[in-house]
Amino acid sequence: MRATPLQRLLSFIFGWGAALLLFFPIAWMVLTSFKSERDATSPGLFFAPSLDSYRDVFARADYLSFALNSVVISVGGTVLALLFAIPAAYAMAFHPTHRTRGTLLWMLSTKMLPPVGVLVPIYLLFRTAGLLDSRSGLVMIYALMNLPIVVWMLFTFYKEVPNEILEAGRMDGAKTAGEVWFLLLPLTLPGVASTGLLSLILCWNEAFWSLNLTSAGAAPLTAFIASFSSPEGLFFAKLSAASTMAVAPILVFGWFSQRQLVQGLTFGAVK
Amino acid sequence: MATLQLRDIRKSFGAFEVIKGIDLEIDDREFVVFVGPSGCGKSTLLRMIAGLEEITGGDLMIDGKRINRVGPADRGLAMVFQSYALYPHMTVRQNMAFALRLARVPKAERDRKVDEAARILQLEPYLERRPKDLSGGQRQRVAIGRAIVRQPKVFLFDEPLSNLDAALRGQMRIELLRLHEELNATMIYVTHDQIEAMTMADKIVVLQAGRVEQVGSPLELYHHPANLFVAGFIGSPRMNLMEAKVVETGPTGTSVALPSGPRIEVPIEGGTTANGDAVTLGIRPEGLRIDPAGPIAGTVALVERLGGLTLLHLTIAGSEPMTVQIEGSDATRTHDQIRLAVDPAACHLFDQAGQALPQHARHPLAA
Repeated sequence: MRATPLQRLLSFIFGWGAALLLFFPIAWMVLTSFKSERDATSPGLFFAPSLDSYRDVFARADYLSFALNSVVISVGGTVLALLFAIPAAYAMAFHPTHRTRGTLLWMLSTKMLPPVGVLVPIYLLFRTAGLLDSRSGLVMIYALMNLPIVVWMLFTFYKEVPNEILEAGRMDGAKTAGEVWFLLLPLTLPGVASTGLLSLILCWNEAFWSLNLTSAGAAPLTAFIASFSSPEGLFFAKLSAASTMAVAPILVFGWFSQRQLVQGLTFGAVK
Repeated sequence: MATLQLRDIRKSFGAFEVIKGIDLEIDDREFVVFVGPSGCGKSTLLRMIAGLEEITGGDLMIDGKRINRVGPADRGLAMVFQSYALYPHMTVRQNMAFALRLARVPKAERDRKVDEAARILQLEPYLERRPKDLSGGQRQRVAIGRAIVRQPKVFLFDEPLSNLDAALRGQMRIELLRLHEELNATMIYVTHDQIEAMTMADKIVVLQAGRVEQVGSPLELYHHPANLFVAGFIGSPRMNLMEAKVVETGPTGTSVALPSGPRIEVPIEGGTTANGDAVTLGIRPEGLRIDPAGPIAGTVALVERLGGLTLLHLTIAGSEPMTVQIEGSDATRTHDQIRLAVDPAACHLFDQAGQALPQHARHPLAA
């Protein structure tokens, strides 16, 4: 069916409207980061661009060490979550019991609990275990935080794989690990990849746990941004410069992986 | 070399029993077909033999060893699935070599075995293609090839031809028979198509509702069905079944009367029925022929001309409709009034419980 000109115009307006609406805060942030502190609070579009804010930010904080923490913690959390989620989703998709549905819902329901509700117990646990301000602590908490979503996504991807293919593998002599490694993972690779990408993005942008459980040593870029917000009053230009630098890597990463992401997130919707 | 014994095999899903105690012997190199209507448990039984479904009760023995708790990978069986279940991300060669690769067979030997299977199945030009670039028949052959390369003790086929069109199905039936001949292997084949069962089997197992109705050679089942279910299920067109009453019993035969009057003599053993018993009379469609002096009168409702055969569908006053199969092309037309004679050897009697009454003589080919 071909769209009428009116339909095309409407979808043009809505599509671009939504895109610009979502993009505006980021664009404004980038714009502000090139202003001077004096211009930063005025909404003017014309100003003399300068790199002063970036210079200040670099001078005051060690960007690279924060960025390295972010990379290590995000990748670590994602890999750990996948390590647990792949077998879990396999079991639920191909060997379901009457409790599988309930387990899936229960896992998701943990995401309905506000994290602040468990902050004190987790903080105490971390303190006792000596995990405060450690990368391994954050890797653990991020893996746990994303586990429900990762399991859910993998479960839906696995569901698309016909059981008979795995059974054929079993008849061919594959044990469970062989089934997963030689058949299931290659068949669902786009899905596993997009799940990993989403988990990576969620880890990268997570602020609550990183702010509360780290101080300096293991602090990721979210803490780097936060360090430019309150203490000395609001310096919007510097804050924007720090934020831009924090989101830049993941933005570039997302740009390159957008095909995978779109393919994965709409998987199953279109046959 | 492989024999299989099933001893009181049972399967329950919760409180619901789907396989209700099956005893069966499968000899080495036998081609056994499980046949039955959908939901009769034939696929479940095959999957239990394969190890893909747990066995709730009974013993499954291969070569005398109980293998109930042996995993599918270690039973030494190969299975061809209805959906083919090829690995979509692998080439034909990789598909066929997968089992050998898992078994850590050296590459040179792997290639040799795959090439050999490809030769038998005429798949050589397609070895580097992926399943999605193959036709249905080719995919089917790859699935069979995947089974062949492993040299399994027993081949299991789960309705392998039901996704193919009619012409290809006929061709694959012959190929499978040729393969059975060439490989000299034990094969178990599940189908709901009684033509596949008749043409391929050494031994047919007719299943219904989780029970074995009859086990025997195709002609045994055709000429001596043990009960009404088998009589109705085996044979196409279906056996004509109609209510009748015993009017005379003797040592050489029993006469029954149809509700509409005609009397028909059936050669069953004496002493198995008494006058006045209600029975079911079964007559194969080829056991009826047009004869102006015949006892049964009917009106032709429909004529199916197959060229070599003509099928007449008749309505009979006061009795169930009948199908008549005539050799060659017949001139009879719809609405004609005709009379039919009956070949006594094609007649069967079934008692009230649906069990066949023993016939006088066994068919020479169905001893």
